[in-house]
Amino acid sequence: MIGRFLRLGLLTALAVAGAAASARDITLLNVSYDPTREFYQAYNAAFAKYWKGKSGDTVVVRGSHGGSGKQARSVIDGLEADVVTLALAYDIDEIAQRGKLLAPDWQKRLPHNSAPYTSTIVFLVRKGNPKGIKDWDDLVKPSVQVITPNPKTSGGARWNYLAAWGYAQKKYGSEQRAQEFVARLFGNVPVLDSGARGSTTTFVERGIGDVLIAWENEALLALKELGPAKFDIVVPSISIVAEPPVAVVDKVVDKRGTRQVAQAYLEYLYSPEGQDIAGRNYYRPTDPRVAAKYAGQFPKLELFTIDQAFGGWTRAQKTHFADGGVFDRIYTRR
Amino acid sequence: MIFTRTLLKRHSVLPGFDLALGFALLYLGLIVLIPLSAAFLKTATMTWPAFWEAVTSPRVLASYRLTFGASLAAAMVNAVFGLVVAWVLVRYDFPGRRIVDALVDLPFALPTAVAGIALTAIYSTHGVVGRWLAPWDIRVAFTPLGVFVALTFIGLPFVVRTLQPVLEDLHTELEEAAATLGASRWQTFTRVIFPLLTPALLTGFALAFARALGEYGSVIFIAGNMPMVSEITPLLIITKLEQYDYTGATAIAVVMLVISFSLLLLINLLQTWARQRQGG
Repeated sequence: MIGRFLRLGLLTALAVAGAAASARDITLLNVSYDPTREFYQAYNAAFAKYWKGKSGDTVVVRGSHGGSGKQARSVIDGLEADVVTLALAYDIDEIAQRGKLLAPDWQKRLPHNSAPYTSTIVFLVRKGNPKGIKDWDDLVKPSVQVITPNPKTSGGARWNYLAAWGYAQKKYGSEQRAQEFVARLFGNVPVLDSGARGSTTTFVERGIGDVLIAWENEALLALKELGPAKFDIVVPSISIVAEPPVAVVDKVVDKRGTRQVAQAYLEYLYSPEGQDIAGRNYYRPTDPRVAAKYAGQFPKLELFTIDQAFGGWTRAQKTHFADGGVFDRIYTRR
Repeated sequence: MIFTRTLLKRHSVLPGFDLALGFALLYLGLIVLIPLSAAFLKTATMTWPAFWEAVTSPRVLASYRLTFGASLAAAMVNAVFGLVVAWVLVRYDFPGRRIVDALVDLPFALPTAVAGIALTAIYSTHGVVGRWLAPWDIRVAFTPLGVFVALTFIGLPFVVRTLQPVLEDLHTELEEAAATLGASRWQTFTRVIFPLLTPALLTGFALAFARALGEYGSVIFIAGNMPMVSEITPLLIITKLEQYDYTGATAIAVVMLVISFSLLLLINLLQTWARQRQGG
């Protein structure tokens, strides 16, 4: 019995080795964050087809999904990711700085800050919007309960926080007022989940809170999955451009000899087909022609980038989310 | 010396004392000591003031209070009610006893996140239990009370499973003898049964307590994770890691390790003392 298994295993191994010698079989590992699961499933299939037609090679892309920061730490600790597609540039910066796995100027290597698709931060409210929430100012009213994950543990939540801060700074004109605004907003938060999906569950399943601060693509997905009969999306007047960036991990692709295909994998995200899949999965395409096709899905609002409002991720992280930063002070001062 | 060695050899079923001891040490070293000493080594790279600041910031102190307090409370509740459960399972025969017996082990087998999600669903203000508590203004989910509930849930099997075999060995003749000598039920329990159970009860308590200290999965769902109020220490360790602050995270871990180890050592000593006192 065992002998038969061994023989079978050996034959399989030989067959696989033989196939690899003639037409190349390539595997890529894409280490990504949580809500991109559905998107990359569709995209990987499309890319495999495109690459087969172009080079004749069969490429299988495996995906690993989890919290953005946790995924970045796995890569730093040795998970061999050919490409990383994470929620914030800060996480890839850390892979560059701590792991020394790619060049520090990685974000300049692909168009649009290496973000092929973007999203923004919007509100999900209960059907009919019983609390009449229209803009950020409504979130600091005493009677409103706000659901958002903890910015210390969730990359997505950092975008939420910065969106609120950026709004307050624009509207009230000073850092001081912005801090007061954000402190009042977090004073209305009854539960700080550790991740974005947890917050969605708290709001949707447990029925807690009046408004969920969420990524637009997550809000649209929730609306599609749960039926528009229960929730409405409210788009604030101003919000932040959430740019989930992508990068080739130099050290890994050079070691594995996969640079060419890994590079093509990310560049294809910018192609009309890649952009279309992004649009179908509720991410805002950066290609204006594809974006026009999905214009009905994404309402227009005033958007600012993290570079404009905060001088980039590294500075925002240090000022707001590091230990002893603004977020900690908001809570310890009470 | 020679005598004891031959004695050991003669009685040993497993291959030789030296080999067995060597293996035990190597195994413990690889699985327990090396990973834990890595935590200490990582912390050693910090300066003393940096270490002190990392482990005594107000948020961290608040989390120690919650983690150790809720774990202790949960272990105490489990000691009392676990004893009752074990007693019922050993002493009484009733339909479905086997099923109840198997149910006790469920918290062992369940992924703790599942437990956390289920408990949160039940105890939130819209849940089946939480709905009835809400009018009395008792909130369980997303408060320190929720942390306590989750820790009680995951700790229960430890007390029941350590007490069960001891109770099975405890023959009813002892109680009958006590009764014939004129002892009341209460006296029989406090003077005869309870002292015999104390060492096992302490073990179960210590295990449940230790398990609760390290629990993460179920708690983060039900705690609400509000800074200064319902954040457990393991969450703060994760928070530090999320900022790539590996040394800060291990510093807190080391503090937890030292406190838990001292507490467990204390309970162990108590246990030995209890065993000696009953002339074991």
